[in-house]
Amino acid sequence: MNRYYQPEIETASQEQIRAWQSERLVKQVKHVWDNVPYYRKKMEEKGVTPDDIKSVDDLHKLPFLTKDDLREAYPYGLVGAPLKDCVRIQSTSGTTGKRVVAFYTQHDIDLWEDCCARAIVAVGGTNEDVCQVSYGYGLFTGGPGLNGGSHRAGCLTLPMSSGNTDRQLQFMTDLGATIICCTPSYAAYLAESIHERGLRDKIKLKAGIFGAEAWSENMRHDIEEKLGIKAYDIYGLTEISGPGVSFECQEQTGMHINEDHFIAEIIDPETGEVLPEGSKGELVFTSITKEAFPLLRYRTRDICVLSRKPCSCGRTLVKMSKPMGRSDDMLIIKGVNVFPSQIETVLLEQGYPANYQIIVDRVNNSDTLEVQVEMTPENFSDSLSKITEMEKSLVAALKAMLGIYAKVKLVAPKTIARSEGKAVRVIDNRKI
Amino acid sequence: MHINQISVFLENRTGGLAEVTRLLAANNINLRALSIAETADYGVLRLITDDSERASAALLANGNILSVNPVMAVAVPDKPAGLNELLEILAEGDIAIEYMYSLLTQQNGTAYMVFRISDEDKFVKLLGEHNMKPVCPNELNIK
Repeated sequence: MNRYYQPEIETASQEQIRAWQSERLVKQVKHVWDNVPYYRKKMEEKGVTPDDIKSVDDLHKLPFLTKDDLREAYPYGLVGAPLKDCVRIQSTSGTTGKRVVAFYTQHDIDLWEDCCARAIVAVGGTNEDVCQVSYGYGLFTGGPGLNGGSHRAGCLTLPMSSGNTDRQLQFMTDLGATIICCTPSYAAYLAESIHERGLRDKIKLKAGIFGAEAWSENMRHDIEEKLGIKAYDIYGLTEISGPGVSFECQEQTGMHINEDHFIAEIIDPETGEVLPEGSKGELVFTSITKEAFPLLRYRTRDICVLSRKPCSCGRTLVKMSKPMGRSDDMLIIKGVNVFPSQIETVLLEQGYPANYQIIVDRVNNSDTLEVQVEMTPENFSDSLSKITEMEKSLVAALKAMLGIYAKVKLVAPKTIARSEGKAVRVIDNRKI
Repeated sequence: MHINQISVFLENRTGGLAEVTRLLAANNINLRALSIAETADYGVLRLITDDSERASAALLANGNILSVNPVMAVAVPDKPAGLNELLEILAEGDIAIEYMYSLLTQQNGTAYMVFRISDEDKFVKLLGEHNMKPVCPNELNIK
């Protein structure tokens, strides 16, 4: 069995990986210095020039990039290649309404798809598999990334996109899908539907690649048992490329980071100081091969741990734990990034008070989002239809901002707790 | 000619309505009419009391969200088809009713309906053509 997609890279010696990283980092810093004035300015402010970066050991000298930088530089400020060389845009939601827009050259897409192919081969994908990609296609990176990876791994690819469960199950059974890629909550939902409809004997699935949102070991066991498959995690973010920044192997004990493309660091989210291997902290990525969107030291806000313990799969790529939390207030709901500040922006625009509460839950394996906001004398009317109209336009504005449906609940004044100092805006009842 | 109606925002939960009536009771305010329009999560409680100023002051002091709007009450004979005759006239005259509900009195033989109408001039004119007019608040002991 073909266990690696690019064995010479995935099983390279630590020294070799470091050598690649150093060589590519030095080149990338020069590329960014010459082509991205926004980051060059940040380097100048920190008193760093490309000459100061001689190897991976000098990485810590470079300034960080954050989501705020992406917003400030939106849309073209961090692009590192001439637009005539860029062939693709992908996007995800940003902090206060400005979306994160990432750019790709054909070379960037090739490397991204290679990363996804590594993930598919790692779960046993070959040219004899039928791979059903049930992530959304479009601006979201999930569908396009795994689709390309599936092609490269030689799988017969079913580009289903998300939703329409009847059609998903029909293709899965009729065409004998053996690998499925989707969000873990959708996998759990499909598993439930397969169980209810008695289709378990009609499916041929052997493995699933599930990412873009948090899931637990319990959920993994549940999905594995219900579908009779092995369930693997995959990690990524649009800013760095998309899914496939790291992926699980058959050991299922963390995700191998594609270190030939992305250098990972763990920092103290408070001080920005780099922490030694094995410490829990914020994950920071440096793209060393990206041409169009070459982010250096991008703070993911994901809290996790890195490990270089040898892996039984033979891969030498460093492993990251599942993200254990966030160092900001970003929520991932139905695989979509949601910031409380986005909701606040909409509420203020629509004439509601900034005193609100966000209730997140998971019902029937699907995330739900409720925004509770207090009624005000200005918004109140003796006409119920006027109030419901207003409520509908708020729901529409939230949908436009977040990309997902949020139920709005109007509540009586002073019922949302006002806390001293930082308000508790989010109640996450999901038991994942 | 107008009667002051108080609309109160109410969350849909057990005991919510009693909180309002308790407050009115404590202030010795008498209810003349009441209606509720509701969704799954909340409702609009519409009240006519014998003293709208005191009632709205008490509710505001309690932190309730409210709006005071002028509505009109019309007498209808308390007999079969009594209301229907009036509504037929309004339908004929193309008057749109935003909402309406009945008002309690102790007068024998007469019932009163409270109307919220967008085109009040047309409404009053049409009533006049049929020898009717909105009732004055003092006829109903309403301040």
